Amino acid sequence: MIRDLPSLAFQGVSRIFPGGVHALKDVSFSIPAGGLTAVIGPSGCGKTTLLRIAAGLDRATSGSVNFIGPDGKTSARGRENLSVCFQDARLLPWRNVVANVALPLELSGVSRVERLARANQVITAAGLAPAQTRLPSQLSGGMRMRVALARTLVTSPDVLLLDEPCSAVDEFTRMQLDEEIRRVWQVSGATTMLITHSVSEAVWLADQIIVMNVGSVHEIHRVALPQQARDRTSTAFLLEVETVMRSLARAAGVVIA
Amino acid sequence: MMGAIKSIRVVVAPLLAVAFMLIAWQVAVMMSGVSAYLLPTPWAIGQTMWANSDRLIGGAIQTAMAATLGFAVAAVMGILVGSMIAAVPFLRRSLYPLATILQMVPLIAVAPLLVIWLGFGLQTAIAAAAVVALFPVLAATIDGQVSVDPGLREFFMLHGASGWTRWRKLDLPASIPIIVTGLRIAAGLAVIGAIVGEFVSGYGGPNAPLGIVIMTAMREARTDLVFAAVALSAAVGFALFGAVSCIGWFLVHRWHASGVTFMEQIK
Repeated sequence: MIRDLPSLAFQGVSRIFPGGVHALKDVSFSIPAGGLTAVIGPSGCGKTTLLRIAAGLDRATSGSVNFIGPDGKTSARGRENLSVCFQDARLLPWRNVVANVALPLELSGVSRVERLARANQVITAAGLAPAQTRLPSQLSGGMRMRVALARTLVTSPDVLLLDEPCSAVDEFTRMQLDEEIRRVWQVSGATTMLITHSVSEAVWLADQIIVMNVGSVHEIHRVALPQQARDRTSTAFLLEVETVMRSLARAAGVVIA
Repeated sequence: MMGAIKSIRVVVAPLLAVAFMLIAWQVAVMMSGVSAYLLPTPWAIGQTMWANSDRLIGGAIQTAMAATLGFAVAAVMGILVGSMIAAVPFLRRSLYPLATILQMVPLIAVAPLLVIWLGFGLQTAIAAAAVVALFPVLAATIDGQVSVDPGLREFFMLHGASGWTRWRKLDLPASIPIIVTGLRIAAGLAVIGAIVGEFVSGYGGPNAPLGIVIMTAMREARTDLVFAAVALSAAVGFALFGAVSCIGWFLVHRWHASGVTFMEQIK
């Protein structure tokens, strides 16, 4: 299926919170159509603020975030058809897995039959079918995140914004969720922005990494490894991790060696 | 098997406490020689209950009706008005303090006004029950709906949900556990309200409500009948509280920690 996916462009984005805190200072970069860009940086560097502005949940004090269509013109479609996965799964505790996954379609007025069919489809693809009648309280933290990721797919989004979806899980579950994030990105084909504080996660998933520090872009790093050849134990992978790690350390002024 | 033993223990313990209290009461009255006018024995009260069962059951049905209808009015009004107050910041600032102040006015002082406005009869008892039961539902609804997870709110906003959709699909279901707590308090208060309403709105006849039975028995110096009617009004309160607790349990037990039964709470 060929779609006219938008690219996502941040142009001179600044955000000053009441009280004068500069959360973002003149942030500019763009995420190519269908690409996966990871934004990495220490806590409090403005990563989540950036995502919230892209999602329309917060406003930039100055600068702009634009969804650019293939014709080079600003397109409203990206904003209309974006999905967000937050660091907490944000599932309704009284609804089972199917009803939670179907919720975005329900809120858009899609008929019951259609939304349940679509929800079942993404649940089965995510391997969640055995858990589909369970409530969120009956799932592990990792499973809840997988449900939240499946929910982002249900609307077939053009743009995916993932806000540290793996921040609350153990290392092993993180690796499983990374696989799921890659699958979700590849299935949706969406232009994707992933906020993370894990360097290895960023290198494993992204084709572009934005290293941030205290509200501004410190470095833009392109991951040279092809997606299929990303082996967490290979020398090439570990060298990429080291490069990003050094960049991050320079940004944060931390001595790592 | 263990479950059955636990259940028996849960039922037996309070029954033993009641039995012990009744025996101690019976013995204390018999030994001290207090007059039956001041404090009749439980046995005598039981006999009075049996002898006046028609009158007492008829009265209990009347009182239960007033309390249940008053409770229903308070529940619907409390949830609707509470939701509106929670949704509109201006109303929250203006109406909520006013409601809190009105709540401080003693019901017994307001009851005569209800008679002036509504006249003598069942409707005044219903109104008194509703007035006193309204505030806990209102306060619980407001607290429940302003404390809905902001993250979930954002999720609904992202998907373009209208205020009405968000209320139906998020705010109301999310606040049900807190509303149920308010409803349980309101259930007990509704019976008190109904009895106070009956005191002032005196409507007699063969099916006089418990409030009237209590007042009449007091004037006739029938302390045993007063006690019998009081026991029945407590039973009405307990039944209403139990029914509300059961409905609340049914609504939330699968997903919320508050959905444990009263029996589980006292285990």
